[in-house]
Amino acid sequence: METSVIHGNEACARGAIAAGCRFFAGYPITPASEITEFMSRLLPRYRGVFLQMEDEIASICSVLGAAWGGAKTCTATSGPGFTLMQEGIGWAAETDTPVVVIDVMRGGPATGQPTSSSQQDVMQAKYGSHGDYEVIVLVPSSAQEAFDLTVKAFNLAEVYRNPVLILTDEIVGHTREKVRIPGQVEIVERKRPASAAAGYVPFRPVSGGLLDGMPAFNQGYGILVDGQLHDEFGGRAGHKPEVSAAMVERICRKITDHADELVDVEEWMVEDAEVVFVTFGSPARPALRAAKDARSQGIKAGFLKLRILWPFPDKIIDRVGRQARQIIVPEMNMGKIFREVERVVAGRAEVLSLPKLGGEVHTPAEIMRSMTNGQ
Amino acid sequence: MHPLADKYIRKRTLPLIFCPGCGDGTVLNVFLRAVEDLGIFKDLALVGGIGCSGWLPTYLQSDVLHVLHGRAIPFACGLKLTDPRRKVVVFTGDGDCVGIGGNHFIHAARRNIDLTVIMINNGIYGMTGGQVAPTTPLQGRTQTSPYGNLEPPFDVCELARSAGATYVARWTAAHPVQLLRTIKEGIEHPGFTFIEVMAQCPTQAGRYIEGTSDAGELLSLLKKRAVSLEKAKEASPGEMTGKFVVGKLHHLTGRKEFSQAIYDSFPQEKSG
Repeated sequence: METSVIHGNEACARGAIAAGCRFFAGYPITPASEITEFMSRLLPRYRGVFLQMEDEIASICSVLGAAWGGAKTCTATSGPGFTLMQEGIGWAAETDTPVVVIDVMRGGPATGQPTSSSQQDVMQAKYGSHGDYEVIVLVPSSAQEAFDLTVKAFNLAEVYRNPVLILTDEIVGHTREKVRIPGQVEIVERKRPASAAAGYVPFRPVSGGLLDGMPAFNQGYGILVDGQLHDEFGGRAGHKPEVSAAMVERICRKITDHADELVDVEEWMVEDAEVVFVTFGSPARPALRAAKDARSQGIKAGFLKLRILWPFPDKIIDRVGRQARQIIVPEMNMGKIFREVERVVAGRAEVLSLPKLGGEVHTPAEIMRSMTNGQ
Repeated sequence: MHPLADKYIRKRTLPLIFCPGCGDGTVLNVFLRAVEDLGIFKDLALVGGIGCSGWLPTYLQSDVLHVLHGRAIPFACGLKLTDPRRKVVVFTGDGDCVGIGGNHFIHAARRNIDLTVIMINNGIYGMTGGQVAPTTPLQGRTQTSPYGNLEPPFDVCELARSAGATYVARWTAAHPVQLLRTIKEGIEHPGFTFIEVMAQCPTQAGRYIEGTSDAGELLSLLKKRAVSLEKAKEASPGEMTGKFVVGKLHHLTGRKEFSQAIYDSFPQEKSG
């Protein structure tokens, strides 16, 4: 166990290395550049390949090629670069390719607010590429979580053979704080196919909607990996309605059917709470303070932090909605996850949006005030 | 079925999507012969872009990525850099390679990464119905240049050479013997190899630009326009109008190859 004082961006890089990432390609962008810089320093020590590509499109595409080359791979960027990567993320979802993409969120749209924080990419993370597909999206609120969730992201990418996105933000990325880095972390290694090359059907689920192991190129499997809708053998199927429909349904359900297993939340005094702050990322920090201050004033406040945004933890929110009188959702955007909460709660409790734009996170007092106003 | 096809073709993906008379079939044929002659089938890692030519590798039963429009080269970089022993070959078209994918093309050439990029140039966006490409001749009429193309076309071989490619050659679909020799040499060349194949497209470019969909006529036109390196040196600019040079245009040895440079830079001992 090593204890360091590092910022969230370094924690992401350290987490990626610990999880076995051995190929990283990126393009400089504020406020994510430090991840790319740290990877350029760390990877060669592990005989891993670091590439600074000509743009974010090349970055995501080269890491996807490297994934089929046999490596655990990752790229990191911020809003505008994340937009450019969306087509590649769609290709990865379409082809069951494991990859980790880190988006250190900054204010948008367009060039936006490069040096300030936001949480405006929560919907782009889920819906950014065209077509129907699913991604897993993890959201750290501290440097420690940046490390832990990056390791977790690599593991989930292997289990589900899917893109896993980490949405951190400028505040998490640039805040230096204590991080405990274990000497050994639990790692899911890439699984080789159980069946021999002759009987291997690359895109046929074996159990729980998940595929058999993933061969690397040049291991004798002769695999065809196609970004067009394909049959179980990888062959072109865009002209076959039933096969195409089944493929899209499979790649969606392999994630949504496992939503319960994927739930990752942290709760503080939610059991008897009348008012619950539902938060994620940086605003979780002032929200916890606000909940504690409220309790000390005799108000039954609780705190729920989502460490996973997608698939959305419907069951947890549903439970909170049945029990609390009021749910407040502070987030650094116009109120996006608020709508998800409102959808699940479906009128059983009052749901308030507490949006904040401009680059600064809510203060505990602002969060407290929203609650008082709601009463 | 031809014994070479029987040996290398992924029969499940047949029939070929190519139109009758298309030049892509010739390239597939020649490529299979090159693979056979070199005995490199097990080392192949193939990447296809988007467009007619991008489908070409999907018919081989080796490991194949069929990727996003314009992005075949960065995908190929990922394959090469995870194992430099791979023979990575990219099949792309003119629109894929130097329209949407132009930035990746010049940067891969600059890095001198050991990829073999085979660009089949039909001078048009064929699969989408015949729109103007960055390689369409001046005044060429297409579905999006109905009054004649006003943009001068790229000389893609010149572009590759100036960007840093270390092996550059151009042939046509009417030169299968020369193309075979070039593909073999290009795959063996340890650096960025660019091979342009000028090819007939009876369905789109033939119909709209050349005024004929007859593959034989189009092949004759390609032959007529192809000027050997030696003859081109003596030709006046006027004599080269509407023509192009074929042959091995550039071959530079001894320049450091990129994947090797990366692996050579690693410390000898693992530090973690």
